[in-house]
Amino acid sequence: MRCSGLLMPTGKEDAMNNFREFTKGFIKENPVFVLLLGMCPTLGTTTSAINGLGMGLATTFVLVASNVVISLIKNVIPDKVRIPAFVVVIASFVTIVDLLMAAYFNTPGPNGEPSLYDNLGIFIPLIVVNCIVLGRAEAFASKNNVFRSFLDGLGIGLGFAFALMILGTVRELLGSYSFFGFQLIKADGILVFVLAPGAFIALGFIIALINNLRKTK
Amino acid sequence: MTLTLFLVTFLASVSLGVVYELTKGPKADAENMKKNFAIKKVVPDFNNEPNAEAYRIATADGTDSLTCYPAKKDDNLVGTAIESYTMKGFSGLIRVMVGLSPEGNIINTSVLEQKETPGLGTKMTQPFFKDQFMGKNPEVFRMTVKKDGGEVDAITASTITSRAYCDALQRAFDAYRKGGRHE
Repeated sequence: MRCSGLLMPTGKEDAMNNFREFTKGFIKENPVFVLLLGMCPTLGTTTSAINGLGMGLATTFVLVASNVVISLIKNVIPDKVRIPAFVVVIASFVTIVDLLMAAYFNTPGPNGEPSLYDNLGIFIPLIVVNCIVLGRAEAFASKNNVFRSFLDGLGIGLGFAFALMILGTVRELLGSYSFFGFQLIKADGILVFVLAPGAFIALGFIIALINNLRKTK
Repeated sequence: MTLTLFLVTFLASVSLGVVYELTKGPKADAENMKKNFAIKKVVPDFNNEPNAEAYRIATADGTDSLTCYPAKKDDNLVGTAIESYTMKGFSGLIRVMVGLSPEGNIINTSVLEQKETPGLGTKMTQPFFKDQFMGKNPEVFRMTVKKDGGEVDAITASTITSRAYCDALQRAFDAYRKGGRHE
């Protein structure tokens, strides 16, 4: 199995396992709500739903790409230097995302609102220190084949994006009474939800809700 | 071991170089577009290339210089967009584009970069605050918040940001009035 490389598994049981590898990131092993990893970008970038989603998707790209590459090179990297090698791979993909976003997600809105790249700012380069990425590389990609690592990266990444979008939506709804930038009520929102304390409060309530759901299941 | 590490870093730097070269053009375009967008917002209609004719002027205290983008319609100067800044924001640096008419009246202003508190200081980008500067001449208009004896309506709960905004506008105006032109 270890050396099967890109071979697609065919058995029904394998397909089920692969599917589980993909879906576990959403609820069961959701990096934000269950594993409580990557709290810094989670709290920092979720001032609106679109920012949360953008950050989540950028992280997903890095996760998928680094998982695939690390899974490909895992057999040629000596054990002693695997962490430095993983960090180099991850850092390269983060820089690539940063350059791509600076080039293609950098247009200001119609009324001169800051672009997505401006909004996420320092948090894009900081994906490199997001423990989810190195965590998946070390715990999964370095032990599994390329296809499963790809699914794992995609699942965990989308789970992260999903969590950030939920938190961003809640904070945007309460903090500025708008939904994905669309103003619902013309009034100033509950300011605290846009600020850092609101991030903690909203995250706490969402985690409580998810835990409750998991228990009753 | 050393060889594999070298290979990994080598491949990483090669791919980074490739991506850098590929995104260089679009990245510069995006930056230019942002700048042009800001210039267009703060000066009247023009038909020259303000970006190509940019020059720098010294600030009034002579310690720094600001970039000016002259906007011309049929070779007549209709306004100058000045890229100004202040360090007095609640979170430090705020960069603004200030449009001045040839007589020194403020045409319009636009925020280029800021890190102020979302929901408080960020309100400086909204019309209710920034539109009060339109058409004012800092020569006669006292460019400080009312709390400090000026004529500017501060943003509620964001006096520091409001003061900083005034500071950035004043810097642009003073430089435009007194500063010598740099080449």
